[in-house]
Amino acid sequence: MPKRKDIETILVIGSGPIIIGQAAEFDYAGTQACISLKEEGYRVILVNSNPATIMTDTEIADKVYIEPITLPFVSKIIRKERPDAILPTLGGQTGLNMAIALDESGILDELGIEILGTKLEAIHKAEDRDLFRTLMNELGEPVPESDIIHNLDEAKAFVEKIGYPVIVRPAFTLGGTGGGICHNDADLLEIVTSGLKYSPVTQCLLEKSIAGYKEIEYEVMRDSADNAIVVCNMENVDAVGIHTGDSIVVAPTQTLSDRENQMLRNVSLKIIRALKIEGGCNVQLALDPHSFNYYIIEVNPRVSRSSALASKATGYPIAKLAAKIAVGLTLDEMMNPVTEKTYACFEPALDYIVAKIPRWPFDKFESAKRNLGTQMKATGEVMSLGRTFEEAILKSVRSLETGHFHLEMKNSETISDEWMEKRIRRAGDERLFFIGEALRRGVTVETIHEWSQIDVFFLNKLQNIVQFEKVVQANPFDKEVLYKAKRMGFADKTIAKYWNVKEIEVYNFKKEHNIVPVYKMVDTCAGEFESETPYFYGTYEEENESIRTDKESVIVLGSGPIRIGQGVEFDYATVHSVWAIKEAGYEAIIINNNPETVSTDFSISDKLYFEPLTVEDVMHIVDLEQPKGVVVQFGGQTAINLASALEERGVKILGTTLEDIDRAENRNEFEAALHEIGIPQPLGKTAVSVDEAVAIANEIGYPVLVRPSYVLGGRAMQIVYNEGEIKHYMEHAVEASPEKPVLIDRYLTGTEIEVDAICDGENVLIPGIMEHIERAGVHSGDSIAVYPPQKLSKQHIDTLVDYTTRLAKGLKIIGLMNIQYVISKDEVYVIEVNPRSSRTVPFLSKITSIPMANIATKAILGQSIIEQGYKPGLAPNSPGVYVKVPVFSFAKLRRVDITLGPEMKSTGEVMGKDITLEKALYKGLVAAGMEIKDHGSVLMTISDKEKEEATEIAKRFHAIGFRIIATQGTADAIQKAGIPVDIVDKIGSKGATLLDVIQKGNAQFVINTLTKGMQPERDGFRIRRESVENGIPCLTSLDTAEAMLRVIESMTFSTDTMKHQEVRA
Amino acid sequence: MAGGERMKTRYLILEDGTVFKGNAFGSEEGTIGEVIFTTAMTGYQESISDPSNCGQILTFTYPMVGNYGINPDDFEAIELGLSGVVIRELAEQPSNFRSAGTLSDFLEAKNVPGIEGIDTRKLTRIIRKHGSLKGHLTKAGEEVDVAKVVETLKATEIKINVVEQVSTKRPYPSPGRGKRVVLVDFGMKHGILRELNKRNCDVIVVPYNTTAKEILGMNPDGVMLSNGPGDPTDIPEVIAMVKEIIGQVPIFGVCLGHQLISLASGATSFKLKFGHRGGNHPVKDLITGRTELTSQNHGFAIDADSLANTDLEITHVALNDGTVEGVRHKKFPVYSVQFHPEGSCGPEDSTHLFDQFIELMNDVNKKENSHA
Repeated sequence: MPKRKDIETILVIGSGPIIIGQAAEFDYAGTQACISLKEEGYRVILVNSNPATIMTDTEIADKVYIEPITLPFVSKIIRKERPDAILPTLGGQTGLNMAIALDESGILDELGIEILGTKLEAIHKAEDRDLFRTLMNELGEPVPESDIIHNLDEAKAFVEKIGYPVIVRPAFTLGGTGGGICHNDADLLEIVTSGLKYSPVTQCLLEKSIAGYKEIEYEVMRDSADNAIVVCNMENVDAVGIHTGDSIVVAPTQTLSDRENQMLRNVSLKIIRALKIEGGCNVQLALDPHSFNYYIIEVNPRVSRSSALASKATGYPIAKLAAKIAVGLTLDEMMNPVTEKTYACFEPALDYIVAKIPRWPFDKFESAKRNLGTQMKATGEVMSLGRTFEEAILKSVRSLETGHFHLEMKNSETISDEWMEKRIRRAGDERLFFIGEALRRGVTVETIHEWSQIDVFFLNKLQNIVQFEKVVQANPFDKEVLYKAKRMGFADKTIAKYWNVKEIEVYNFKKEHNIVPVYKMVDTCAGEFESETPYFYGTYEEENESIRTDKESVIVLGSGPIRIGQGVEFDYATVHSVWAIKEAGYEAIIINNNPETVSTDFSISDKLYFEPLTVEDVMHIVDLEQPKGVVVQFGGQTAINLASALEERGVKILGTTLEDIDRAENRNEFEAALHEIGIPQPLGKTAVSVDEAVAIANEIGYPVLVRPSYVLGGRAMQIVYNEGEIKHYMEHAVEASPEKPVLIDRYLTGTEIEVDAICDGENVLIPGIMEHIERAGVHSGDSIAVYPPQKLSKQHIDTLVDYTTRLAKGLKIIGLMNIQYVISKDEVYVIEVNPRSSRTVPFLSKITSIPMANIATKAILGQSIIEQGYKPGLAPNSPGVYVKVPVFSFAKLRRVDITLGPEMKSTGEVMGKDITLEKALYKGLVAAGMEIKDHGSVLMTISDKEKEEATEIAKRFHAIGFRIIATQGTADAIQKAGIPVDIVDKIGSKGATLLDVIQKGNAQFVINTLTKGMQPERDGFRIRRESVENGIPCLTSLDTAEAMLRVIESMTFSTDTMKHQEVRA
Repeated sequence: MAGGERMKTRYLILEDGTVFKGNAFGSEEGTIGEVIFTTAMTGYQESISDPSNCGQILTFTYPMVGNYGINPDDFEAIELGLSGVVIRELAEQPSNFRSAGTLSDFLEAKNVPGIEGIDTRKLTRIIRKHGSLKGHLTKAGEEVDVAKVVETLKATEIKINVVEQVSTKRPYPSPGRGKRVVLVDFGMKHGILRELNKRNCDVIVVPYNTTAKEILGMNPDGVMLSNGPGDPTDIPEVIAMVKEIIGQVPIFGVCLGHQLISLASGATSFKLKFGHRGGNHPVKDLITGRTELTSQNHGFAIDADSLANTDLEITHVALNDGTVEGVRHKKFPVYSVQFHPEGSCGPEDSTHLFDQFIELMNDVNKKENSHA
């Protein structure tokens, strides 16, 4: 069927900020969809609150709105733009929920706007548990025994009927928020209560647990002519019971015979047809390992994380084609964009095995529950392709950047057998490595299967790896053994360890004997048809298909999996760098391992290598491609960390040289450089031992800021207040060594400023300066940033421009740099310089229309800033006020303390823009998911130090009619200022405590500041967690509270009595 | 892989001189055959036992084979017709509840040689470029003179009496209470019989060389012409038989059966460069407009132009290369498809074609009754 001609303008709804369960995959899907619709000649209007995305680039859609994805704002955009139709199925659950809200509000009917693609009725049928069960019953398809419950009593009644264990799945939530498996009454109480709270319709599904079944997924597509295909099937290595986003997943299925495969394929197609899906859809099934019995677990009637994975695993661009299906095109009339010779109506054939491993944030959240269940906890994922399962899984392991290069853990000898068994029985982030250790200790595959329910197929494969370790160990520099080890995916680093040599020796030996990887094309058809896709993976085979062209090339290193501190912003910069390289006339080659991203879309670069970002894997590509050089400054710390090893092996690092990168990152050299340039920084030194640290801290004076060097996102950064604390920190939080010193700085309070700049060696371009709402001490990634600065004097701005220019030139930056300053007592100090692209690059680029990554890349390639048409110095302010508000995923991570500090905790960000700071803040906070009520109560528990400041805030809340509730100490301080306060008891008291206030929803905001110091502070922790659990905004910084207050003040009017007039006698 | 150490070396030598060195499994014997590839990712047991592959050395593009073992249920024929198996990795530790043994043990028992550990994608790309090639799988552990092997290969004519080899030697019933169907076995996949039985057909399976008179003498409600190996023009006596029964009885042809109906109606066939083999081939039904994913396994096809002057019309085409995938007779209840509607292995999108066969037989019966 030809495309629709009766519609012209289409609104695409994005997915908003990156949160757990909704990451970069929707930037990939949304970008593809917008480009795809524009290709067909439609006018595309995009709304997304996340500035760190490619899709919000003005080239991607005809009109881009970076506005909150909420009913009032999207309605406003709709009234203004009058689209003919909305495409909601490519913006994750957020986009889908927005479309439902719009529909329910009546605006779509009112304005005659159509929903494209899958109809809302189908979405309801798939998402509403009751309707879905009814449909499955009609189709005669089995679903696990279950019941919809609306309260705890109904839950108890269900359990009485079918017994434990049961799974709780809250309706209409993302990534299974609030769900879990219950083994007993206590679990049931906790999980059902929280599940009901998180479900916007106060509804949970209780379900018979089918834990232990195989979890199988089918990614299916259907068009309006009822053509339906399976793009890819996937098998979860972890059995049913662990969220698929938290499971190790392989494609295609590994343990299914054709009969099982066809049976589940038929079911998936039957369901997608019954639902009348028009576009992509994900069907999750549970298959009994001992029979043909199966259950339907879930259907996602939209493009999802799994479809991004399936797209990258097969090469088949699901989102792109789903968008075209939405405007009426059918699969049998569209070409397969990979082969360009065959049609889109076919099912990809793989001739490799794909393994995906999730990336969890437990390295940042050490207190978090590391157990995995039905609620997703991973922030990102890596994918690898190999010709064997062993190769694929080991490539994925070393792509994780968690310090693992093999199925091995640090300090494995200290792990007891009991602990090991426990960690295998109860799935957690490190289970794969515990299994490796168990196999090494001789635990049988059968036993591990019994512990973990993981299919013996996978365990045997892991066993193959472990058994071959001994062969490698026993045969140093044996060519045949080495070749076999490489074919099984062993890293050079692992082999070097077994041979007791340096990694480079293994590499050199390999090259000497021509044991190097070849690169195979991902072509969707297993070689059956000729393809031109420039999408490759490395493997140890005979024939290489990646042919070097005559054009000079530049390699860009990507940023790997999304994690806290390294989000989609770095993919944004990577993609822009690739585009700039192409514009400059070079062949742009990208290496990355994250299947969710735009950068790993094969249509972005001239060549995509889907490979681990390790020295070995990058070097082999460099050897083959012989590029002009490698660009490392856009791929976050991942790429920067590879720079020195690459240069050691003779690779040219383009842009800022390694030496200069080191100068910015190595504390002592940096200090010397600052001294030379004449720029002040807070007093600070590096320590390599506990004693040294204590001595330095005493010399500088407390409080001090401590952190390891070479880290991203402020990992393990803390403010310490006395000698006891610094000792504890040095002994427990970090491993200091001469290679990895610990930085100790004086902690300055003041306004924090962030500046991004581009330098071409001669001139420096500063697109903008940002001021943080939160005072120094809160990680910049967790602070609200404001552009342009609101509080800075002309003199300070001049100083910042001067310092930035001197630093860029002094540190010999070529390309991008990011600097953090603190203004304390009217003095400007440098806190940190990052010689690379930063989190704020997309934010600033979008505000100023200065394409920073593009200019920086061209500067790296030799084109000066002036030649590119830009004027050095600080760019003139763009009109309006812009705020970047961090977004957290605390609801998904139990036991994580939400208090803000030097260590970054946010997973994503949104932008709010308007003509005043208050309006911009309002949009930012609302877009970040906060509910701002203009009346109600504020619950305050404030540390002694900040009571005075908090009283001012209480006064202002009171003035606009808020009731103040506080604990005794805080209340005393506030009462002294003459403000009425309701006193509430502390936790543990007999009467109603503050937890009751929170649980009953009697407070609209909670302001809780941390008692300074590192002593366990259980009450505060519980208050904060309880707020998160109950969805009440909890502000842990008085600065954030003040900003919020300003917003509310601007929304309301204060009321005051008339002043009593003195009657003159 | 685990058994890699104890495996003997084996070579696959192609007629163009390319040599692949790998590990031997299955039979220790050497073999010669046409080297073909299939892109199906599951269903190796069905593919290996598909009699259509008689005389061929089958390469799996999916890199791991044997992963779910061999079970007693999924055979498409009792005896294996194929000459050899080529795979990247032999999975020796299968996992599936039905698995009753390993692929290598099975092939050893059936005396079929296999090679593993080679770059099958390279091999596939060679076949794609040059078309199907003759190949020699060497004896396990034997070193050979490549030039000599190539010379022998070039001189070797691949056997043409393949249908005779794989067809049943004598008729046998597969009883049911529904329509009587005579199923002519040219190397039939059990999947076809399974689909007919599922629809209660009273099936009589007969050898490929059964005469028209014999067939019609069984009073069938319909005749089913099965799949089978090789070049349809190699069995002119069968084409003659088909010519005789067209118009006498409803006929449904699959794969080779489809080619025989076409040839019997005056069309011509040709050899495809490297065939269609796999489970992901889109076929457009020109009547409904819908595209279905099909299981295919054929090296020959019917020339579309040659159908112009026949009583057949094209009903199905391959979406990708436009080749003929199905025809029907303009006057008589006769139709056929080039692909495998029975799946096994592969998609089951088109099993409705068997329902159509039953309906067709019903319609004809009704008409006959009304005439009476």
